[in-house]
Amino acid sequence: MIAPLAGTAPLIDAHAHFYHAGSGRSDWGDLNDARFRAGDRIGITYHVASVLGSYGFSSPTYFPSPIDVTTGNDTMLEIAARESDRVRMYVTVNPNYTDHAVKEIERCVGRGAIGVKLLASRRADDPLLDPIAELAGERGLPVLQHIWQHRRREWPSQEISDGADLARLAQRHPNTTFILAHIGGGGDYAHTFPAVIDTPNIFPDLSGSGVDRGMLDDAVNVLGSSRLLWACDLTIETGLAKLRALEVIGLGKDALADIRWRNAARLFRKGAFPRAGGDQAVSMRHQSPAAASQS
Amino acid sequence: MTIDVNTFVGGYPFRYVPHPDPSALSRVLEREGIDSAWVGHLPSAFYRDPTPGNHELFSLLEKNTKLRPVPTVRPDWPRWREQLSAAADVGAPAVRAYPPQWGLGPHDPAMRELALAAGELDIALVLTVRFEDLRQRHALDVAGDLSAAAIRVLARAGERVRIVVTAAGREMIEEVHWGLTTEEQHRVWWDISWIWGPPEDHLGKLFRTIGSRRFVFGSQWPLRLVQNPRANLDLLPDDVRAMPLGTVNGDR
Repeated sequence: MIAPLAGTAPLIDAHAHFYHAGSGRSDWGDLNDARFRAGDRIGITYHVASVLGSYGFSSPTYFPSPIDVTTGNDTMLEIAARESDRVRMYVTVNPNYTDHAVKEIERCVGRGAIGVKLLASRRADDPLLDPIAELAGERGLPVLQHIWQHRRREWPSQEISDGADLARLAQRHPNTTFILAHIGGGGDYAHTFPAVIDTPNIFPDLSGSGVDRGMLDDAVNVLGSSRLLWACDLTIETGLAKLRALEVIGLGKDALADIRWRNAARLFRKGAFPRAGGDQAVSMRHQSPAAASQS
Repeated sequence: MTIDVNTFVGGYPFRYVPHPDPSALSRVLEREGIDSAWVGHLPSAFYRDPTPGNHELFSLLEKNTKLRPVPTVRPDWPRWREQLSAAADVGAPAVRAYPPQWGLGPHDPAMRELALAAGELDIALVLTVRFEDLRQRHALDVAGDLSAAAIRVLARAGERVRIVVTAAGREMIEEVHWGLTTEEQHRVWWDISWIWGPPEDHLGKLFRTIGSRRFVFGSQWPLRLVQNPRANLDLLPDDVRAMPLGTVNGDR
């Protein structure tokens, strides 16, 4: 047994994706296998993952049709059930189809989904997102919102939102937890941290292909380790690099554990990650809004 | 022996970069187990005349045996050959050029002249595809990425040309590599600083199709985390993990 590259302490990837035969790629199975292979090598305890419709094959990745949303969620349900010791699920929805979105959330949460995934189908502060955010808050489901760090103009193929857009939604729903996707995933992350600092129910994840020096330092300095979630998204090697970088920028043991897994364990429903230290190990000093309202 | 062929000292005009100085770089190399680095002068990429930047680079790295200077040579600037000679005089393994930042197109004859002249001196030419992700650039940063066409033109320029392309992704690497003859392919090396690992496994796929010896270790420090290329190598699929990286001088 080879020791995990990132050590044996719990590690939760809060932003992962899987593929399926309808994704339009013949190598979809290889991609899923590669995520597990790299995850095992690093030492990822849980992949919290979603399927983004058909990934552009039969409707656009960021604007998935209702039927593609359902097909993707069915795939994700199957993977989460089959890999129940290491995979947890976000239910993906398109807020332009509000009734469908609400029904999908109810359907998939009933079968074990622990969070909601929102793409770039509608600006984050649009009122169409309100019913979804409200339901997520009621059910204690963190909402992972795809974010473009600092929206300065429209870009093709997605209706991008930035930290300020998400902050407006999060302020309307203070009892809902929002995960701000991939600070390394494109755009100017330096804009994001001050944009969300005063909105305590927003928790950025560290994923994305971007590995700018200074990005992690800024995130920790501005928001603190209790507001950050480790994650990989589409590039697991950058996730490993960021873990190694976090270890050399002077974070203490508790702060590292917060980012690696404890913040995720606090934000998602109790008992979602039984192999990640147990609920007793999760301090109550940083509760999710939903958890705080229940205590 | 691990050499990071893609490092800089000096600040970046479009965002704050922490501690971009030789002492910090030396500590990073020691910590990460990297034996030495090719070091460029980052501000020079944005100077009209890079000559003062080269003087500063030589001064900063003087007497440092692990940090090897890679000065900038702008081939459309008067008396550029003196800068190339100065690079040879200090034993520089390479020189850097930034055609997009200088407004030089892919077929600019000056770049071809530089590639040939450097090759005659056994000096490699380091090119930079990008400093930052296209999606995050400053409004004033309008140079754009280096094109694959520009690299192909230089690789075809002559048999002694040696090019190290930094910060390229899989699509560009494949476009260039398979657009060259076998002989021309062996004039080009690629640093791994911007190539994706798993689950897409672009680096592993490139090792299988192009061969690992066309790739060299590079991080783009201080702009990017030095831990990234090592993490990428650590996560290669089993069938290619033991394949060795290339060396720019060793393959010829």
